Amino acid sequence: MTRAGAGAAATVCLGAAVALHAAQDARYPSPAIDRPELLYVRSGDTIKRLALDYDAFAADVYWIRALQHFGGERTAPPDHVRDYALLYPLLDLTTTLDPYFSIAYRFGAIYLGEPYPGGPGRADLAMTLLRKGLAAQPQKWQYMQDIGFVYYWHLQDYKSAATWFQRASEIQGAPSWLRPLAAVTLAEGGHRSASRALFGQLAESEEPWLRDAARLRLRQLDAMDVIDALQARVALYQREHPGEPVTWQKLVAARLVPSVPVDSAGVPFIIEATGRVTVARESPLFPLPGQKPDNSS
Amino acid sequence: MNAARSVAIAVFKESVRDRIFYNLVLFAVLLVGASILMGQLTAGQDVKIIKDLGLTATSVFGLFISIFVGINLVSKEVERRSVYPLFAKPIRRSEFIIGKYAGLLLTLMVNVVVMTVALYTVLFFLSRGVSPNVQRAWDAPPIDPALLKAIGLIYVDLALVTAVAVLFSTYSSPMLSAVFTFGLYVVGQCNEDLRRLDQIVGGPAAGIVGKACYYLLPDFARFDIKLAVVHGIPVSAGYMLWTTAYAAAYVAALLLGACVIFSRRDFK
Repeated sequence: MTRAGAGAAATVCLGAAVALHAAQDARYPSPAIDRPELLYVRSGDTIKRLALDYDAFAADVYWIRALQHFGGERTAPPDHVRDYALLYPLLDLTTTLDPYFSIAYRFGAIYLGEPYPGGPGRADLAMTLLRKGLAAQPQKWQYMQDIGFVYYWHLQDYKSAATWFQRASEIQGAPSWLRPLAAVTLAEGGHRSASRALFGQLAESEEPWLRDAARLRLRQLDAMDVIDALQARVALYQREHPGEPVTWQKLVAARLVPSVPVDSAGVPFIIEATGRVTVARESPLFPLPGQKPDNSS
Repeated sequence: MNAARSVAIAVFKESVRDRIFYNLVLFAVLLVGASILMGQLTAGQDVKIIKDLGLTATSVFGLFISIFVGINLVSKEVERRSVYPLFAKPIRRSEFIIGKYAGLLLTLMVNVVVMTVALYTVLFFLSRGVSPNVQRAWDAPPIDPALLKAIGLIYVDLALVTAVAVLFSTYSSPMLSAVFTFGLYVVGQCNEDLRRLDQIVGGPAAGIVGKACYYLLPDFARFDIKLAVVHGIPVSAGYMLWTTAYAAAYVAALLLGACVIFSRRDFK
């Protein structure tokens, strides 16, 4: 056989193998099992030794895995049971391999505390990760600001939040707006104006993902303002029609609202059986602060 | 020394003939491919990751060349019996060893220089459209001259690995030389554990053995400043000089050892 003939035969055989593989997959499809993701090694020290002096690159690999895990769970179809169990271990491994990987700490601060289903709702782990970052870089004011943020938004502990904003403001190179933010948080913690001040500053951040997270919070605050106004209309209707279930259609018919109101994502607000107005579960703004994943407050 | 130079040039030409520089194509494809993909996968960390990838690939590819070419440098000549006519010429065995070593260092240098140029080129294109505001949030500038420090120590690291491989190559088979060299490289990465052996195992004897190994075995972890450089953490000129001097002393010791062993071998 000539060399060209052998090459052609090899190409044909490879093509046949690929075609058989595809045909077999079509004939015997794999069952669609919703398997949880695996993480073989969870010990940062073990991975650090295994990575030899390629720990920075290994950290990048775990970082990408953390993003894929989080994104995969967050955007999974509704029938998938969302499980963010690997988010913290992956971020922990990333930051053990590369203790200066700022974005991994800060990403964790934002998304570990995010309530279910948008995140695992583990503000405690967010805090653990940020404190680990502070141990590696004690002068990193951004981590202090993020700890303040976790206290503020996820734990509603405004006094601790103000303390951390103050600590961050005292670090050399920290932005000037942190000091007044600490004062506003202490004086008006929990007020929407204070929240707007916090997220307004974060929305100016240079990191796109942090900007996006802050903008989402601002949209949630806007939605809460709209909900307050709608709640007043619902209360008015309830006063006029006591005992009657309230729907948007009835409010439109009563000319209390011009049409079915929608949030900034275009998803209609919902009226719960109790008459409470809130964002729908399908909305990217869900859940609002204090709103539980089952849509009850 | 003319003889050593001739041997070195011959080693370099042989590397070219053996298509060792084909790894540069793989390196370029890896960097360019990664730079295209990274933007979508890394939440704005593409420049950092390309730096990590570029430095890691420079080190890994260099390590493979150091070990797998280094272990064959001497043993292949002995197996093929090509050393016999060579030693009939006016060349000392030490010149032969040093020439072989220098030839591989030259190959590694060309390799590292081309990879460095490729890395800076990819970083230039990657950072071209990024606004200065976003760049300010990065730990280090994209076209960072400090990367050269990390690359410099990678080269020094490779020089030490090559010296280890050449030493083993003078008296052992290629397979065993590869195992010994890689084994020593791994142990040298975990040198810090040897220093703290008394805390890990317990007992003063373990401490003494651990400390002795810590100082005697090559400390390869010392050459790794990749993480610091990528995060813009300053690496002093003093550290660079001490580390390079340490490697130079160790390489000299290994090459002298190789020359002694090789000069005692009987080729009759």
